[in-house]
Amino acid sequence: MIGTKADPAPAGVSPSVSALRARFGTAILRHQVSCGDTIVYVSTARAHDVLAWLRTDPGQQFDYLTDVTAVEYRDQERPLELVWQLRSLPRRADLRLKVELDQRQPLEVDSVRDIWKGADWLEREVYDMFGVAFRGHPDLRRILMWETYAEGFPLRKDFPLRGHFSRAEQTRQALAANPEAHYSLEELSIAAAYDELPADMKDRLAHGERGTVT
Amino acid sequence: MGLTPPEGDRETEVSTLSPNWVTTRLDFLANWARANSLWPMPFGTACCAIEFMAAAASRFDLARFGMERMSFSPRQADVLICAGRLPFKLAPVIRKIWDQMPQPKWAISMGACASSGGIFDTYAMVQGIDTIIPVDVYVPGCPPRPEGLMYGIMLLQKKIKGETFLDAGLRQEHLVGPDGLFLPARKIDEVSEPFGNSVHQTRSA
Repeated sequence: MIGTKADPAPAGVSPSVSALRARFGTAILRHQVSCGDTIVYVSTARAHDVLAWLRTDPGQQFDYLTDVTAVEYRDQERPLELVWQLRSLPRRADLRLKVELDQRQPLEVDSVRDIWKGADWLEREVYDMFGVAFRGHPDLRRILMWETYAEGFPLRKDFPLRGHFSRAEQTRQALAANPEAHYSLEELSIAAAYDELPADMKDRLAHGERGTVT
Repeated sequence: MGLTPPEGDRETEVSTLSPNWVTTRLDFLANWARANSLWPMPFGTACCAIEFMAAAASRFDLARFGMERMSFSPRQADVLICAGRLPFKLAPVIRKIWDQMPQPKWAISMGACASSGGIFDTYAMVQGIDTIIPVDVYVPGCPPRPEGLMYGIMLLQKKIKGETFLDAGLRQEHLVGPDGLFLPARKIDEVSEPFGNSVHQTRSA
């Protein structure tokens, strides 16, 4: 059947691609199909607009952000790719968006935390592992490595597998960490949201699960 | 491999109280009681913990060794069993748990990862928990079968039965020193050297 196709869009390409091209034009750089998944490359500047439109447009309804991740290739000339894997639960459709970040420039991209709340920790992980800064993220801290981790971004190609520091220095820094300082009520924002909590929960927090011992 | 405490740490003093019939009988009694009622503090972080659970369950039944009472509080524990790999992020945690355990206390390093870092010769992994806490028995395996852990426990019991209260150094705490390390830095680097297949890693530093 090769060569007899009359359809300009080969089978398997997500119909979202043509909708995206009609809506955003040159901001949609190119697309390809890999293992049945459609991958759309968009311009870094318009990525946030494109993702917001995919989330809200009634024809798209990509309401679930499966993953945010990044890819760095061994070839230093190739740009670092940032990947959003989208899923539309009502339409049962998937779409993968990518932007290419030039490694010679600061690695920055707009956060999609305002579109999908679930992007919060996913973007923190990408920041932790690749050092991509997400503009507009409310709480961009390391999430897997401890917050005082000073060796760099472990999943970058220029990061040695055993880390930059000697094992003794790594052990010293690890032992000096105080995990209790970071996993507190403040960390969980309960203290910040205390005024909005229902009365019974306030009571439990104030007196413990068993109430005040009289 | 990091078994010995820092030099000059343990002061062995020849006691005027030489072992005699009374002290050896007292030792026998105390060691018999201690060796046969070890309360483990399970520090399970990976697949070794699954084998550890199997060892504690009915088929292998750790209760035969007086270990049926898992002590999830370090304050009532006798033996820390580190079952699984230890990332650097957990290093202060296991150190704190070890410091909270009262004397007498022992540690078993279960599995290749806890003993040496195993296949995880990476930026995130402690290369052997003996760089963080003193270890009495290493159980090899990936993961060790429950029989392997039991053999390690029996070795520990044998070790306990050879202890004497005349050796004050046995009960001495080995704390983190002023340099922030439990072992000398030189020694940590030495025991963390790549070995086996990880020598051939292309991305190593």
